[in-house]
Amino acid sequence: MSAIPVATPPLLHGPGFWKRALGHRSFVIGAVLSLLLALTALLSLLWTPYSPYEVVMAAKMLPPDSHHWLGTDPYGRDVASLILVGARASIAVGVIAVSIGLLIGTAFGLLAAARRGWVEEAIMRVADFGFAFPAILSAIMLTAVFGAGMVNAIIAIGIYNIPTFARITRASANAVWSREFVLAARACGKGPLSITMEHVLPNIASVLIVQATIRFAIAILAEAALSYLGLGTQPPQPSWGRMLSEAQTLLFQAPLLAVFPGAAIALAVLGLNLLGDGLRDIFDPRLARKR
Amino acid sequence: MPLLEVSNLHVRLHTHRGPAYAVRDVSFTLERGETLGLVGESGCGKSITVMALMGLLPESAQVTGSIRFDGQELTAKSDPQMCEIRGNRIGMIFQEPMTALNPVHSIGRQVAEPLRLHRGLSASAARKEAISLLDRVGIPQAARRIDAYPHQFSGGQRQRVTIAMALACGPDLLIADEPTTALDVTIQQQILELISDLVAERGMALMLISHDLGVIAQNVARMLVMYGGSVVESGPTEAVFAHRMHPYTLGLFAARPGLLSQKGRKLATIAGSVPELVDLPAGCPFAGRCRFTIPECHVTVPPPHQVEPGHHVRCIRLEAVAAEKAAPTPTLPREGREEEAA
Amino acid sequence: MNAPLLQVENLVREYTMPRERLLEPPHKVHALNGVSFVIEAGRSMGIVGESGSGKSTLARLVMALDQPTSGSVKLLGRDLHALPREQLRQARRDIQMVFQDPYGSLDPRQTIERIVTEPLAAQGDTARAEQHRRAADAVTSVGLRANDLRKYPHEFSGGQRQRIAIARALITRPRLIVADEPVSALDVSVQAQVLNLMQDLQAEFGITYMLISHDLAVVRHLCDDVAVLWQGRIVEQGPPERLFSAAEHPYTRALLEAVPKAEPARRKARPSGLPHGTGR
Repeated sequence: MSAIPVATPPLLHGPGFWKRALGHRSFVIGAVLSLLLALTALLSLLWTPYSPYEVVMAAKMLPPDSHHWLGTDPYGRDVASLILVGARASIAVGVIAVSIGLLIGTAFGLLAAARRGWVEEAIMRVADFGFAFPAILSAIMLTAVFGAGMVNAIIAIGIYNIPTFARITRASANAVWSREFVLAARACGKGPLSITMEHVLPNIASVLIVQATIRFAIAILAEAALSYLGLGTQPPQPSWGRMLSEAQTLLFQAPLLAVFPGAAIALAVLGLNLLGDGLRDIFDPRLARKR
Repeated sequence: MPLLEVSNLHVRLHTHRGPAYAVRDVSFTLERGETLGLVGESGCGKSITVMALMGLLPESAQVTGSIRFDGQELTAKSDPQMCEIRGNRIGMIFQEPMTALNPVHSIGRQVAEPLRLHRGLSASAARKEAISLLDRVGIPQAARRIDAYPHQFSGGQRQRVTIAMALACGPDLLIADEPTTALDVTIQQQILELISDLVAERGMALMLISHDLGVIAQNVARMLVMYGGSVVESGPTEAVFAHRMHPYTLGLFAARPGLLSQKGRKLATIAGSVPELVDLPAGCPFAGRCRFTIPECHVTVPPPHQVEPGHHVRCIRLEAVAAEKAAPTPTLPREGREEEAA
Repeated sequence: MNAPLLQVENLVREYTMPRERLLEPPHKVHALNGVSFVIEAGRSMGIVGESGSGKSTLARLVMALDQPTSGSVKLLGRDLHALPREQLRQARRDIQMVFQDPYGSLDPRQTIERIVTEPLAAQGDTARAEQHRRAADAVTSVGLRANDLRKYPHEFSGGQRQRIAIARALITRPRLIVADEPVSALDVSVQAQVLNLMQDLQAEFGITYMLISHDLAVVRHLCDDVAVLWQGRIVEQGPPERLFSAAEHPYTRALLEAVPKAEPARRKARPSGLPHGTGR
């Protein structure tokens, strides 16, 4: 019985959600940037101004002009095409690595919350062990041991996401398990598996969505870092990180070669972070009220 | 000059569904040392009225009207100015003792806080004063327990601690918002007695908010009945209890299950449910749910009508209500029967 | 001779607190200290108690949501805690629960239909179409409408949500409904509506209640027998007329005494000020 009317928790399909979402500045900017990222990658599947693989030494190191909107790199490849196709690598790594973390980590987190006791302890200690390894260094180590390449980069980044999702899922799931409607479900005779799937998961979905967008941004950064070091996406597959690395030696002669991929990474990460922040605000009815 | 004078108070809240007029044209006065009760169910605006007094409404809320405390206009004050009054001239006790105390500070520190903030006492002087306050509110072995933390106390004791905090600077007005609703009934009685004794002892004015008619009956001399943001009936407690005039007041009394009611006897209910503040209709807020509704009721909010000295009711159907009370029909249980037999 | 509907015998529930000192045995708390009573079909029982009395623990043990340290809970002659899992699930058909918090006991992400049919779905032997029909019946029995089944909990008020919770408890046609403070979180006028509803359902469907409440007046309205719970034990038991007029145990008397009467008081003659330092 609260004195001041509290906004009802917006469900994804409730009428309030889209209204609040579209009114929230971070969400809108983030959504636009993220959508741009996705569209860029999609577009690259259909059309690029030039082929990103074709080496044209005669056209090397050209400044931006009407033929090459963003110029060309030391091998004559069109920078705009490279950026477009590079988006594919970033998205692929982001989607798959986050999915690995989400599916496996969430499963462990739900198991921990449902079983409690020593099962929970064991899972959380393994997660702690995983956290103890610094992320990028672990990814570097894994790719260095098992070989460089996009697939290994995805696996390395994905493995790092597992403890994060496990921990977050377990914490949110525990909060749901203590709610009275779960007790009501137990009183009907429902077992832990049905309760997890029917009650817990829908109620933590918003937390997982927010976390997934944020981890997506981190995955893009991680892929860029690995590619920069030569451990991620391998040539000839374009990658923003590797473009940065190649532009390093030419920084004073052709700074734009570093600016464009750098800006692409920054905008993608910014967009996803804003999207995640916006979603978090929209999903939390208490934060949404103006103080 | 009355201690508190509220005139034509309106509060408009901003909700995601549009504006909600949570308090509509509320006026009342409170003299020094007087006790006043605010009765109503959830959504009636009683807590918001009190929040408006304390200046604790969210920024998006719009307050119009006048709140004069000891001659000063509170609605014109800035937040820092209100901070000087809160905890110092006006003390407040909240409903949930569990959450009103900070779990990571000792109770001594929390009771001393208003003393150090408003009276500028040194740490040791504040500590001594805090011990004597805790002792007065009935915390056993106050000197030893002053450094204990809230989780080490029971609900009733925590509420006593919040009372000590509210009283620390000797306020002129004590506001208690459902102070015992979250407590067991045996503790409730003790806390209410404590509040009454302190109010009498220190000559404070008391505003007591409750949904429980029994609590109101035993603790305040005057009362306001609120529904849908308006005060529908106001007057001395004895008069309102004896001559309930407003249809909502009648319904509220009739709906209480009493200790002497028979099993199987139905409780008289008020049809429908309390409307959301955003959905309040024009005219009398109780129109539609009220048995005596006529088309005029939906047009404007009824003005207060004096039925006896000091007893006012906002209703245009008082003759019809009085007529039905004089000749009870089977649907309306004889009010007062339970209390008469008690 | 028929077995009584519910028979609770010497129910004890102990909790072991975390160790405070390494070398001493850990402290034990007795939430329930040997509680026994019988509920006959058709005679609703009220359990009156305040916080710390063990009433919530009692509700959980009766509903087999928790294991007792010792003692038994027999529903229609069968010890619920001794049943294998599958049979316990089937036994739940006859005993359902209504919770205190209308805002917490309904899953905000599920439609009313899913919420109300949950006990029936858990039994696993009713087709979806039949479940839908029973759900429509259940919500109309509690005064709501069949097309409310498509809506979500946040679209309803506290009193309406409690009705939905009652509809959920009714759907398997249980013999016994355990109601844990079902009206405490509701406003007075809404309380009256829900109590009347519970009375009607008692008559219409032949349901027996085990009603837990701190509010004696509420218990009075629905129950034929009352047991007073204090610190894990039943201190007094009997029909409400006798208990409320001629209570024997001092705790029962204190409880009755403490209820504020709706009579404006003249300033009662009380000892001046509470004795210092005696607050509980």
